[in-house]
Amino acid sequence: MRLPRRLPPLISAFVFVPLLAKCLTQMQELTIEAGKSERHYWLDLWRYRELFFFLSWRDILVRYKQTVIGVLWAVLKPLLTMIVFTVVFGKLARMSSEGMPYAVFVYVAMLPWQFFSSALAEASNSLIINANMISRIYFPRLIIPASAVIVCFVDFLISAVILVGLLAWYHDLPSLRVLLLPVFTLLAFLASFGISLWLAALNVKYRDFRFIVPFIVQFGLYVSPVGYSTTTVREKAGDLACHIYALNPMVGVVNGFRWAFGSNAPFDTFSLLASLAVTTLLIISGIKYFRATEKAFADII
Amino acid sequence: MSNYAIKVEALGKKYLLRHQGVGRRYVALRDVLAEKASALFRRPPSAAGDRPSLEEFWALKDVSFEVKSGAAVGIIGRNGAGKSTLLKLLSRITEPTTGRIRLRGRVASLLEVGTGFHPELTGRENIYLNGAILGMNRAEIKTKFDEIVEFAEVERFLDTPVKRYSSGMYMRLAFAVAAHLEPEILIVDEVLAVGDMEFQKKCLGKMEDVSKGGRTVLFVSHNMDAILRMCSQAILLKQGSVAFLGPAREAVGRYTQEHTSQPAKMVLAQATPAPYARRGIIFDSVEWSSATPAPWTLPFGEPIAFSISFECLKNTRFVALGLALYAPSGTEIASTSSIGSKPEIHLARGRYTMNVIYQSLKLVPNTYTFGIGIKSEAGCEDHFPKAFTVDVVPSPDSSRFQTDTFEGYIVPDVIYELAQ
Repeated sequence: MRLPRRLPPLISAFVFVPLLAKCLTQMQELTIEAGKSERHYWLDLWRYRELFFFLSWRDILVRYKQTVIGVLWAVLKPLLTMIVFTVVFGKLARMSSEGMPYAVFVYVAMLPWQFFSSALAEASNSLIINANMISRIYFPRLIIPASAVIVCFVDFLISAVILVGLLAWYHDLPSLRVLLLPVFTLLAFLASFGISLWLAALNVKYRDFRFIVPFIVQFGLYVSPVGYSTTTVREKAGDLACHIYALNPMVGVVNGFRWAFGSNAPFDTFSLLASLAVTTLLIISGIKYFRATEKAFADII
Repeated sequence: MSNYAIKVEALGKKYLLRHQGVGRRYVALRDVLAEKASALFRRPPSAAGDRPSLEEFWALKDVSFEVKSGAAVGIIGRNGAGKSTLLKLLSRITEPTTGRIRLRGRVASLLEVGTGFHPELTGRENIYLNGAILGMNRAEIKTKFDEIVEFAEVERFLDTPVKRYSSGMYMRLAFAVAAHLEPEILIVDEVLAVGDMEFQKKCLGKMEDVSKGGRTVLFVSHNMDAILRMCSQAILLKQGSVAFLGPAREAVGRYTQEHTSQPAKMVLAQATPAPYARRGIIFDSVEWSSATPAPWTLPFGEPIAFSISFECLKNTRFVALGLALYAPSGTEIASTSSIGSKPEIHLARGRYTMNVIYQSLKLVPNTYTFGIGIKSEAGCEDHFPKAFTVDVVPSPDSSRFQTDTFEGYIVPDVIYELAQ
């Protein structure tokens, strides 16, 4: 008998849902063995999805609860930085803005950068802040830095609203390129998450690591095309330097964001691929390192 | 094939204790780099002397037991016998070094009530949050919500941030959420040693309901009455191994009879400090210094003396050590602080020992828990609410007073003058 190459969706639902249910009931007998916590890791992560949801919800709620300052802060920070950068790089240094109004040019880059930098700062401290939970309750620890990144993502969405206002101010209607924005956003998200995993785990192990994080963030701002454009880097430093520059995963993201909002620079495929490769590396190594150190968190935190 | 709910085979947990200078509780990257760098330039033999000596410490060794499904089992033992470590392993917070645990059914562990409570959130929000942390799903919390609120008696304050709650209300709410968990296996640490008597009774009642409802309960406590009331079986742990496993009455009997086994010096590193402690000064160990036949066991009427070692990580001003004494029921019955003593204490970086003597505190024979805390002008530096326990045993003096007929805990020095 020949099977149809693709099962109709309804049938596959009948096959897979009971299969999943079976997997879950097998979890009912749980074996904890020295050195073998790996086995149910991903299934566990799925089972604890509600905790992930609640923790993110708590952090968002707390952040925006006390006053309007919470929301205002998410908006003010990129806005003020945008104004400073526009004045310094656009008006004083008169750098190229790839044919966009300088304010838009900076803000479009500021959005993913702000998300990335705050995710790094928040996530690297997240485990220490939740030390109490870690030493009292079992759950896949991956949830904690992940929810810290999610909270920063909400900030990102809020500051994105300002961008809409900014575009309206300049009567700048984005083209269909904007439809690719979610791809670049996802890339920014994954890059932030990958580095966050490293930083969060290192921060538990080495308590002085938290002094290094602000430096990484500050340094990162200078080596990312936020105030200036990648085109300028290529013109001034040459192609090779520009390729090395693209190893910073945020370069590809920022270029993508600018491209989506109508920059006249050609689409920078190299920086996007480099960013994709580095991000993949960061995520895989980040998860590996996190999982390797995770078991000892409760003992050393 | 037996119908066990928990099966533990040859379980062991090893900790590495680090013995080196000041400020090395946490590994700092700077030190690791410095060590690596100096190792490059120095000959290995001389470097070996500076290495932090690592000492192996088996908190649990070769522990095996089985708990039948639906049984309520108490876990008893002295401080440092491995009770907390066992609970941490069973609730998967840390990984065992050796051995295996099999658990049948959903496990919920209650090592502390109110884990994850956030002061800014309202009572309602915290119920959902804490429920999720303890392993309930949203639908479950929703159906239990009214019951939880009623149990905690906080209807009127549901939409008030819990930071405005009184400590009693806070505890009630925290316990109420925990009490409505319905796992197949419930692991409970001594969370009942908080709150007022009436509420404790309510909690114990609720726990009894849970165990009668066919669930498996593992219950750690210093309160032998509670163990006897709730558990049919008990495990007596002694220096990391199972010393006895059997009927609760017999286990409690053995526990109260053995006094000699506990070392005089106790490392506090295995205990859990209060979450708000700044840890700028870190408690290290407590050493029993009374001249009694056995450490941590005090014949009635003798002075209680012990010394507390701690490490000060940076120069700190206005340091005060505080001591709290808890009755077996968990009520704080005596509090004291070095804050009133002159001159004021200012500490430079380094290790210190504070000798403490309770000169004339006559306690009715029973088991008492001490909490220790240290604060500076910046706030609470370190705090162990349950640092150690002391057994007060009868002496000729107590039989003269007939203390076994007393319902109070303290026998004050009273002058009776009869006049006519």
